[in-house]
Amino acid sequence: MNAVPLIELRGASKRFVKSLDLAAKIGNRLGAHVREEVVRAVDEVDIAVDPGEVVGLVGESGCGKSTLGRLAAGLLPLSSGERYWHGEPLGKLASAAARRQQLKLQMIFQDPYASLNPRMRVIDIVGEAPVAHGLVGARQRRDYVAMMLHRVGLDATLMRRYPHQFSGGQRARIGIARALAVEPEFLVCDESVAALDVSIQAQVLNLFMDLKKALNLTYLFISHDLGVVRFLSDRVVVMYLGRVVETAPTAELFETPHHPYTKALLAEVGRVEPKKRTYIPIKGEIPSPLDPPAGCHFHPRCPYVMQRCRETAPPLFDVGAGRTSRCWLAEGS
Amino acid sequence: MAEPVLAVEGLRTHFFTKQGVVKAVDDVSFSVDRGEVLGLVGESGSGKSMTGYSIMGLIDPPGRVVDGRMRLNGTDLRALSPEGLRRIRGNRVAMIFQDPMMTLNPVLRIDAQMIEAILAHEKTTEAAARARARDALARVGIPSPDARLAAYPHQFSGGMRQRVAIAIAMLNRPDLIIADEPTTALDVTIQGQILYEMQKLARETGAALIWITHDLSVIAGLADRVCVMYAGRIVEQGSAEAVLGAPRHPYTRGLLDSVPSNNTRGGRLAQIPGMTPSLLELPPGCPFRERCPRARPDCAITPEVTTLADGRALRCHYPLPATFDAAVLAS
Repeated sequence: MNAVPLIELRGASKRFVKSLDLAAKIGNRLGAHVREEVVRAVDEVDIAVDPGEVVGLVGESGCGKSTLGRLAAGLLPLSSGERYWHGEPLGKLASAAARRQQLKLQMIFQDPYASLNPRMRVIDIVGEAPVAHGLVGARQRRDYVAMMLHRVGLDATLMRRYPHQFSGGQRARIGIARALAVEPEFLVCDESVAALDVSIQAQVLNLFMDLKKALNLTYLFISHDLGVVRFLSDRVVVMYLGRVVETAPTAELFETPHHPYTKALLAEVGRVEPKKRTYIPIKGEIPSPLDPPAGCHFHPRCPYVMQRCRETAPPLFDVGAGRTSRCWLAEGS
Repeated sequence: MAEPVLAVEGLRTHFFTKQGVVKAVDDVSFSVDRGEVLGLVGESGSGKSMTGYSIMGLIDPPGRVVDGRMRLNGTDLRALSPEGLRRIRGNRVAMIFQDPMMTLNPVLRIDAQMIEAILAHEKTTEAAARARARDALARVGIPSPDARLAAYPHQFSGGMRQRVAIAIAMLNRPDLIIADEPTTALDVTIQGQILYEMQKLARETGAALIWITHDLSVIAGLADRVCVMYAGRIVEQGSAEAVLGAPRHPYTRGLLDSVPSNNTRGGRLAQIPGMTPSLLELPPGCPFRERCPRARPDCAITPEVTTLADGRALRCHYPLPATFDAAVLAS
């Protein structure tokens, strides 16, 4: 595990600021105290993905997992922190070289309906980027797109059709073909199977694993579905309100979760066992990221809360065997 | 045996479109007893929501319930006038929808919406109605219900909004609640809270519950009996233990095998080839035969419902053999 990670984020933060409008500025001049609203969507996150690894990123809505995915893929600039690619800092290159490098990082989006331009034919959706970046000549575009479609299990004769003429599962495959067309090494999959029916979801998950083997890909797989993450990932990162609360190899995380939030999350995982279960809910709601609780973000809902948790936020403790946990209970273990 | 709360027999709901007839619900029969939770599972377009809407009399043109009987505590729902249906809806039968923002009126306060639902069906004072609304909010676990009565729907989070929708559904102590994917839009920890409340309420009030979902794990934890729908028909129906533990229909088997948590990591997921057929002018025969590993030429003849020894109803010419697990579960 001493190899250089394929991609690494160190101390990555993303803040979204709602700046003051004119009325608020005038108000402040006149003595009002209107403050800028700041959401710390991602707060000081370290994450590294090794070559050929599948890292699962889980958490509930609003925890910042999609924002982190976009930061990793380079779709959003970091507010602070560093990004490394093959151990080299990103963002220091001249624009042409940076563009070439950016091609190696691609993203597959959640909604196969919203992420495809409805007015473009499949041949243009898949073939536009490789031609624009000079990977293939305009003459070879047809054959190249046919090859890409074949690779994701679509009939190449359908390439002159529009997105609306395809089913949800087929659209997901078009999104994958588009990402693969620029020969990436690293793919960020943001809830890429969430919109699909179970039987179609299984087909697309199998496709992801086949492609990984065939093309030697590395994935950051973002999902709220713990079953999917458990099936796909080598390692799992759990986020809560902008912070990483636990990282662990998949098997260990599901067997012995450490952080109280991970425990609560795993207790809610549905199992298809025909056994009536009594649901024991964790209390409370996810707090607003606009105004997160002081100290440990999870403390208002945590069953093991101590006075210390209300005051000071715990750091990520190393709990051995490649695992970390952001909980005071992990201190010294 | 007591009479079931709801008995549906041979229900057919068809949509008459310009392109042709869509048989969204095609010969569906089931019943729910008092205090029972019936899970209705299927993928998109399988007709599970349309079955719920048909019971509520909410099918809009070009759709129409063309055949079948639906009896609620002995009352024939199809024979009722629109006014008669209105009196039952929200009173004896209530429905909870997937998106609570669409159920709640965004420009009315919660108390106005709840009191209206009570006064529409009952002659009582507004103060009494308000007290009942308050109690209903408290029962679904909304903190400080008195203050929350005066709030607007947008002031609630998604999970809280769904609780309000459940509270409204429970207001008139209905005999039957139809819940259409009520937890699909919610986060897992919030989903757990809602499932907990529903389980508790169903047990306390003895209402029958029809739970419509695509999520097999929710059904597995909640339902007493399960109906699996495919292309407008119930292909397998029986106790949750039997259907999910030892499925006999190849589609149920395939669906269960597709769930990632049932599979070992790193292996391949068992997948069902192909996709769900278009319901437009669906040819006769078993609609699953194109994707079925056990299909034979005579599957082109529509299979009738057969009832097996363990009480499950099946629509298949070549069901899977009863497995060893089934024998263990039955003992």
